[in-house]
Amino acid sequence: MIGAIAIGLAGGIVAGLLGVGGGVLFVPGLVLFLGLGQHQAEATSLLAIVPVAVVGTFRQDRYGNVVRPDALLLGLLSVAGAAGGVALANALSGAFLRDAFAALMVIVAAQLVHRTLRGPGSPPPAGPPAGRVDRGGAKKA
Amino acid sequence: MAIGTLAGLFSGLFGVGGGSVIVPLLILWLGYGERAATATSLAAIVFIAGFAAAAQGLYGNVRLLDAVLIGVPAVAGVLIGTRLQQRLHARAIALLFAAVLVASAVELVLR
Repeated sequence: MIGAIAIGLAGGIVAGLLGVGGGVLFVPGLVLFLGLGQHQAEATSLLAIVPVAVVGTFRQDRYGNVVRPDALLLGLLSVAGAAGGVALANALSGAFLRDAFAALMVIVAAQLVHRTLRGPGSPPPAGPPAGRVDRGGAKKA
Repeated sequence: MAIGTLAGLFSGLFGVGGGSVIVPLLILWLGYGERAATATSLAAIVFIAGFAAAAQGLYGNVRLLDAVLIGVPAVAGVLIGTRLQQRLHARAIALLFAAVLVASAVELVLR
């Protein structure tokens, strides 16, 4: 129980600090510290992400950063993909899924290093069109 | 539309929100700025993770108590993290966290 709370707190702090989702920490935490199987860890992580994303969304929306119609569209269009992804995950063996997840973690780490070394002052790669203007600086939320 | 489907697939498969897929695609394909991309991705993740968790629930994989024990402190963690971001040198932390990720990945594979 203490372990789960620690994973949640640590994942949340990292998410708030670096803008990396909590799931990438929840899943390995559940597997390595609580001894869950890969499937259970992924499923539990998904549910744990929801309250974090809800609170984050409200905060960001107050700053006017959320493009609401696109967010809703993206979210609703993901139903089929989410169902497919879950079915696929459950069709794969835990060992294979765990290795694939490890690869994902390395990719996220590489992304993070790249983003960090590129520095917060550099402009975004594509110029935003009207209506999708970056309302803040280039520093990530 | 492709972004939504891809993000859903990714999230369902790996048990993560999918932000690391959505954010770059919103920037590259739809010309979003970074801040709007992160915020919009976060809002979409509410639905995506919700759907995927429900689907996993049908398979009986969700550990409800653990999810609550993680999810609720995580909200407090995000608030702390966002506050700390104003004070700490985030660069060093980002690089440190990347190293932790790689180490955990190795640990997972060797397990």
